Amino acid sequence: MTAISDLTSTPHKLGRAARNPRNNSHETLTRAAAWARRAPLLPALIFMIVVTQLPFVATLIISFIHWNALYPNDINFAGFGNYVAVFTDPTTGGSVLTTIFITVAVVLISLIFGLIIALLLDRAFWGRGVVRTMMIAPFLIVPVAAALVWKHAIFNPSYGLLNGILTWFWGLFGDAAHAPQVDWISSQPLGAVNTALIWQWTPFMMLILLAGLQGRPLDVIEAARIDGASTWQIFRYMTLPHLRPYLELAALLGTIYIVQNFDAVFTITSGGLGTANLPYTIYQTFFEAQDYGQASAAGVIVVAGSLIVATFALRTVSSLLKEEKP
Amino acid sequence: MTTATATAAAPATSGIRSPRRSTKARLPGTRRSAYLGVIAWRIGVLFFMPILWMLLTSLHSETDAATNPPSLFAPLTLTSYANFFGAASGATPWPALINSAMCSIFSTAIVLALSIPAAYALAIRPVRKWSDVMFFFLTTKMLPMVAGLLPVYLIAKQIGALDSIGLMVIIYTSMNLPIAVWMMRSFFAEIPIEVLEAASIDGAGLLLLFRRILIPLASPGIVATALICFIFSWNELLFASVLTSTSSSTAPVFLTSFVTSEGLFLSKVCAASLAISLPVLVAGFAAQDKLVQGLSLGSVK
Repeated sequence: MTAISDLTSTPHKLGRAARNPRNNSHETLTRAAAWARRAPLLPALIFMIVVTQLPFVATLIISFIHWNALYPNDINFAGFGNYVAVFTDPTTGGSVLTTIFITVAVVLISLIFGLIIALLLDRAFWGRGVVRTMMIAPFLIVPVAAALVWKHAIFNPSYGLLNGILTWFWGLFGDAAHAPQVDWISSQPLGAVNTALIWQWTPFMMLILLAGLQGRPLDVIEAARIDGASTWQIFRYMTLPHLRPYLELAALLGTIYIVQNFDAVFTITSGGLGTANLPYTIYQTFFEAQDYGQASAAGVIVVAGSLIVATFALRTVSSLLKEEKP
Repeated sequence: MTTATATAAAPATSGIRSPRRSTKARLPGTRRSAYLGVIAWRIGVLFFMPILWMLLTSLHSETDAATNPPSLFAPLTLTSYANFFGAASGATPWPALINSAMCSIFSTAIVLALSIPAAYALAIRPVRKWSDVMFFFLTTKMLPMVAGLLPVYLIAKQIGALDSIGLMVIIYTSMNLPIAVWMMRSFFAEIPIEVLEAASIDGAGLLLLFRRILIPLASPGIVATALICFIFSWNELLFASVLTSTSSSTAPVFLTSFVTSEGLFLSKVCAASLAISLPVLVAGFAAQDKLVQGLSLGSVK
């Protein structure tokens, strides 16, 4: 039922035979056939090339121009000036580190939570469908709405849920007035952002891992169990290796999305208190400082960085797809 | 789907696991399983708690919502929803909701119109180097969208397309097209080759092949793709907040401006957040069984 579909398997070869007799008299015919084959693909391909590559060329050009919209008469060629400015700007280094920290923390923790919950949900128990539905729900709240609710209804120091629970708990012992009231966002800004993100992304990880678990060969596991393997041994030596490609895929996709996260940082802390990640910093350079040249240089650096990460990631994906070849 | 998996999986697992139970101690096994079930329930409730809290707060009056400790059993009221829809201030969210719906629906329609033929050329009658094309689409998804923000803004400003639905439709189409191509390819690749061969022997033309075979057989996949593209477009904030202002601002943008301009009204924030999330919740639960496949770009079934 479950399988990581493999990209390496050849798709349907309908009409491949018609193309095979390749002699000179048929050359124009085969060329026409090749174009007929390409035709349905072209609109999507051309659209993607135009909307993704053209802006990038523009970014590249602007990154070499000294251009601040606040000083419209002072536009000139800057050489590598913008890149130097980006690299020497202390906020850049900070936002790179913040991006890495948020991404690693959120991906890792939600992956672990997702794994535990997927293992629990893989067993039959009363109300499993209900629990599964409840677990998916956080992923289906509009991200900016989720961030707002975490910020105001949960972390708020005076009447958020967390401090409300603390007051209520202290109140049980008749000491509600002395309940600790934590200013969650100011004291743990990154923790607050990460918590909201982990809450939203755990369901995503869980769904992929659950799909992986349901594809386990149950007969083999049962055989191991009869042979006296303990639950831990089965998990360690059978389930975990089986899940590896799914864990990698979930981590990769989670990374793609969370590196780009803007909504949570923008909403919960407005990039303050050391939570500004790269997307937020670029947004700020462009939108508030209006420094087009520097924002573009930062954009080019981000793209270069992502390309390096993406190359490794793609290698993982393709090796992963090959491994699963049935 | 939930019930389907639950019922389908339950007999299978219990059928396989029952021999163990009968050979070993019967009671501890069941007790352990029930215990794990309780833990699963607790975690599920814990994750659902913020949403429940959101719902409860949205149904309380502002004064009841801002108490510490929380007043759980305060009388329920729909005032906050009425206020969100403009009963008090007169500023209705409807233009923003309609803008969001238009951006999401139009971009999803274009995504389908482009990705279905593309998936055909990648799965049914593949072009040469089709896997390179697939990876090109995936790479565009890996590049951070924020890097394209400035040039898109400048180009749109130059051609006077700022603050227009059309611009957002193009942005969201480019954002979702790679996902849709990957998903649709995996759905088309699942169609049994015999069906396609039979059709081609019968001399079915391309249009007939699409209308009679490909679209009907892949229709659950097409619906799932559409729902996921809809969700991602509906959720998007960064581009919408930079590229739209008055006439075409979307629901997430409305939500952010709503909070800053209206001061802090806890109950109203919760009502607004839930109201704006409702289409996504509906679409997500409708696509539940295909959600995994969609989110993993069609690589996990």
